Amino acid sequence: MNWLFGLFEPGHALGLLALSPPGWGGALLTGLSHTLEIAIGSYILGTVIGVGGAFGKLYGGPIVKDLLAIYTTAIRAIPELIEILLLYYLVPDIVNRFLLSLGRPRIDLPPILVGTLVLGFVLGAYMTEVLRGAILAVPHGQVEAARAYGMTPLQVAHRVTLPQMLAYALPGMANLWLNLTKDTALLAVIGFNELTETSLQAGGTTKAFMLFFTAAGILYLIISALSGRLFALAERRARRGQPSIRGGGI
Amino acid sequence: MTAATAQSAPQDQNGNDRSEAIRVENLHKTFGDLEVLKGVSLTAHEGDVVAIIGGSGSGKSTMLRCINFLETPTSGRIVIAGEDVEMRADGSPASRRQIEHIRQKLGMVFQSFNLWSHKTVMENLIEVPVHVLKVPKAEAIARAEKLLARVGLSDKADVYPAFMSGGQQQRAAIARALAIEPRAMLFDEPTSALDPELVGEVLNVIRDLAREGRTMLLVTHEMKFAREVSDHVIYLYNGQVEEEGPPDQLFGDPKSERLQQFLRTVGW
Repeated sequence: MNWLFGLFEPGHALGLLALSPPGWGGALLTGLSHTLEIAIGSYILGTVIGVGGAFGKLYGGPIVKDLLAIYTTAIRAIPELIEILLLYYLVPDIVNRFLLSLGRPRIDLPPILVGTLVLGFVLGAYMTEVLRGAILAVPHGQVEAARAYGMTPLQVAHRVTLPQMLAYALPGMANLWLNLTKDTALLAVIGFNELTETSLQAGGTTKAFMLFFTAAGILYLIISALSGRLFALAERRARRGQPSIRGGGI
Repeated sequence: MTAATAQSAPQDQNGNDRSEAIRVENLHKTFGDLEVLKGVSLTAHEGDVVAIIGGSGSGKSTMLRCINFLETPTSGRIVIAGEDVEMRADGSPASRRQIEHIRQKLGMVFQSFNLWSHKTVMENLIEVPVHVLKVPKAEAIARAEKLLARVGLSDKADVYPAFMSGGQQQRAAIARALAIEPRAMLFDEPTSALDPELVGEVLNVIRDLAREGRTMLLVTHEMKFAREVSDHVIYLYNGQVEEEGPPDQLFGDPKSERLQQFLRTVGW
């Protein structure tokens, strides 16, 4: 193993990746953790929006349906980079206008919070459509049986529709997660120090662009591979009770 | 023995008056321009088995599904165990909570079983008692075990529905309906989706329930069985009650030409 760690000593080829300065390894790992924090936070937010959006689109009143149609259409039509740039400046502005109207002082929103809100809001539009399709795939008789025994609409959703639609939703949800981990890289354009921005800085300082972008690429790959395993496990659990079909997972 | 045509209130074996379990009066249902039910009525007292027969499209399933509001009636009156269901002018229920309450008294059995596929048989049986009726879980499990023994599925408690035969699934679905201790059972063509060799095991379970004096509405194509278990038979034609009466009269001496024709086509 010593030869492996030796590669990361100063003066060696990979010395620039050493964990402590002048190596950039530590900074890259910090960037990675920021990437994961934003991705997980916005995924949770996007899923919550998606559940509400999907049920709203299917069972909501005409106004709710129209508003959601505008939301999903607009968000999915506009390039994410533009949305991030727009919302990144818009969200703090709206919050501060709101605070000023209440007579409160302006605040500086932490970039990690704004990034999470923006990506979550964008993800919610895609999630709405994935979950809407999955809810429609639940056989009608399953819902009807729940209604026939006196469950409230909330109980039907919670006890039957949501657990059953998960099997149909998870492949699409896994796709969205993988896209999201990579979309966090778009936050580099607004200078947020996630993994890609940190790699840019490291490359710019040391001129070893190839090294740092390769390292970042490998880190993204590791995220994908590990989360693929998690989604495969979740899918197996969601498919309990269904005769197995070979394959599955991502 | 029963029912809509009886002059005085029916009595049980001890000579006590039996109360009404289900009363339907002048029920109408339209789908768009299509009038599926044109004013049908029925009364089932405690312990009655009422069979509803009729051709495809006669409205028999719709009638059953209107009773627990899986279909919204267009107009009419529905009384379950003495409780009048409040309906708006357009027939829709005035109170969602009342409908939920009414549904908890009616054990529905579907043609296509509709066991919840993500739950084991045991989980299916305790789902409504535990989460809707708030029965303690241990008590619900104990009751479910007895019901499974009764329908001959004690060894299937931990099996998912997809791994059972249609007959087994339907017996489990009947046990699920019994688990809510319903005032009445509603059977919507319970054997129509089954392979012929599996029909018998399901009918045996239903026959047992009839014998123990359960109140049941049974929409069925099994004429021999309807004659055997029911106290009262209703023949629906084109959304109306064409003829009704005791089974021996209806099957033995049908008055209506349409009923005679119907019985011939089903090979009676």
